[in-house]
Amino acid sequence: MATLSLRGVRKSYLAGTETIKGIDLDVADREFVVFVGPSGCGKSTLLRMIAGLEDITAGDLLIDGTRVNDVDPASRGLAMVFQSYALYPHMTVADNMGFALKLAGRPKAERDAKVAEAARILQLEPVLTQRPRSLSGGQRQRVAIGRAIVRQPRVFLFDEPLSNLDAALRGQMRVELLRLHEELAATMIYVTHDQVEAMTMADKIVVLHAGRVEQVGSPMELYNHPANLFVAGFIGSPRMNLLPGTVGAAAPGGTVPVTLAGGVTVSVRPAQVLAPGSSVTLGIRPEALRQAADGPFSGAALLVERLGGMTLVHVTLESGETLVAQADGNDPIRAHDVIRLAVDPSVCHLFAANGLVLSQAEPPQAKPGDLHDLDAMPSLARA
Amino acid sequence: MSTVGATVPMADMTASQPAAERRARRRMLPLVAPAVGVLLVWMIVPLVLTLWFSVQRYNLLNPALHGFAGIENYQYLVTDPDFWASLVNTLVLVGAVLVVTVGGGTLLAVLFDQPFAGKGIARVLAISPFFVMPTVSALVWKNLMLHPIYGIAGFLWRLVGLSPVDWFATFPLASVIAIVSWEWLPFALLILLTAVQSLDHSQIEAARLDGASFVQQFRYIMLPHLSRAISVVIMIETIFLLTVFAEIFVTTSGGPGNATTNLAFLIYARALLQFDVGGASAGGMVAIVLANIVAFFLVRSIGRRMDI
Repeated sequence: MATLSLRGVRKSYLAGTETIKGIDLDVADREFVVFVGPSGCGKSTLLRMIAGLEDITAGDLLIDGTRVNDVDPASRGLAMVFQSYALYPHMTVADNMGFALKLAGRPKAERDAKVAEAARILQLEPVLTQRPRSLSGGQRQRVAIGRAIVRQPRVFLFDEPLSNLDAALRGQMRVELLRLHEELAATMIYVTHDQVEAMTMADKIVVLHAGRVEQVGSPMELYNHPANLFVAGFIGSPRMNLLPGTVGAAAPGGTVPVTLAGGVTVSVRPAQVLAPGSSVTLGIRPEALRQAADGPFSGAALLVERLGGMTLVHVTLESGETLVAQADGNDPIRAHDVIRLAVDPSVCHLFAANGLVLSQAEPPQAKPGDLHDLDAMPSLARA
Repeated sequence: MSTVGATVPMADMTASQPAAERRARRRMLPLVAPAVGVLLVWMIVPLVLTLWFSVQRYNLLNPALHGFAGIENYQYLVTDPDFWASLVNTLVLVGAVLVVTVGGGTLLAVLFDQPFAGKGIARVLAISPFFVMPTVSALVWKNLMLHPIYGIAGFLWRLVGLSPVDWFATFPLASVIAIVSWEWLPFALLILLTAVQSLDHSQIEAARLDGASFVQQFRYIMLPHLSRAISVVIMIETIFLLTVFAEIFVTTSGGPGNATTNLAFLIYARALLQFDVGGASAGGMVAIVLANIVAFFLVRSIGRRMDI
């Protein structure tokens, strides 16, 4: 029903600070797009600019192909769910949800029908006559969503809607939001700082950092092919291990040895020519590391985190760096054990000094024709 | 969900709580007794004395005339046309000042919450009349503002070719209301401004997205949010406005005639102009009853608002 486009959108304040530094983005109809990034990256500001609560300094915002920069918030056909829910405390749940329709001067019968329908979808029927104060956090959240549904907006905007809920409820609401997305078949834009929410919910993730888009893609694209160091470090929990190294002279066959601190050398096959001696960063996901008696990395287990299904081992290497490796849930390893780790040669990432990716890992199931990651086949050797 | 589970322990608690609480209270009694005792004496002694004088023949000019008067003082009071006039004046003064200060204070509070240049200075200026003592502000209004010859109002009137108005002679009660409103508007503004600032801004933003105009945001979001603060302002102002005295004493001395005589001024006139302490005390009792009636309704209405 609704598409949304941003064309060179910028936001700067009178003081001269620019918080959004030119964003181009397309949101397709019925897409679930998640803006993710650390605090202060501008993701909430961007959402508020889309909503019309903040002015757009430069660039165009298009909804269904029409420029809406100067259209007031209510006429953009958007609905927003706020982090604090922003329910009207002196109104009942039903009045909260029907407020927009009341302001629009719709007849009471129509209002009641729409509120009842939203209450049915969100299972809010028993609390319709209560005030927000007497509701639980999850119920308030649903009322806030109900207020958005009732307006039948073209695009739903969510500003960190789950961050005030406890962990169990957050997981539950995540599922409910996805169900709702399915049921309403609506375009949704969702802001979060939690990369787990982004990974689990998004059709498309937009990683923002310091007012710029770092990368746009599906969750697995970002996970398997981070475009730069920032995305590599931000997406994925636990974080990708990032190890600084130096490029050696190219060996015959197109492989290039990368020497890490501590003397470990990893041979990669980069997509472009690397100048010998240039510094690079090698990225290894924790699940790409496995214990092996002949592994090149050796160190003592500093900390063993048991999550049940898996165990995260924090290993201090001989060179002083810390690696996080993922092991089996029942792995017998204990803290202070000295272990050796080998890296799965097909899943390493190499980043240049400027942070951009040089060679990308092959995803577990590479699609045919997905060529750009086939030329990177790192192999491992002990120096 | 858990209402069934929750009521059982609640019932247990209410059964055992009063006994334990009563015991605890008895232990606390000696500790709080001195403070309560002082307050009690502080309140009871003047009250009982006033009550006592109000049933006495007690005239400062004629010590020979004394003894128990029964309800004579009250009879004299209610048959005095000045008394009823003063009661009406009191209520008009309180009501009008409340309307002006709460209405104006709410609007100013919303305006002062908007961003504009020089906001800090404007706020200090708007609040400063509250720090001027009543006698001084009454003198300022009498001589500098409303005086037909020296006053700014007179100057402005002449500027547009009108003949200046002697405000305290032509509109005496309205003039007093203006002075008292000027003094109390900052108080209302101060309380209501903090209330406006405590409003979760995202509620306003949500209302904007819901399509509310500025007036509708004010009507449906701000005003309900301010209702508690407004009742607090009304209660506190009412208590002080029932006893307005200095402004009247300085400007009109209750006149012309009894046009600006309120209950407080009537009691003063009885006691210290006519030296009739008995009659003044009877008026004082009426004032106490009046204040208590007002307080009763106000406290109840605030109690109800606190539930929201």
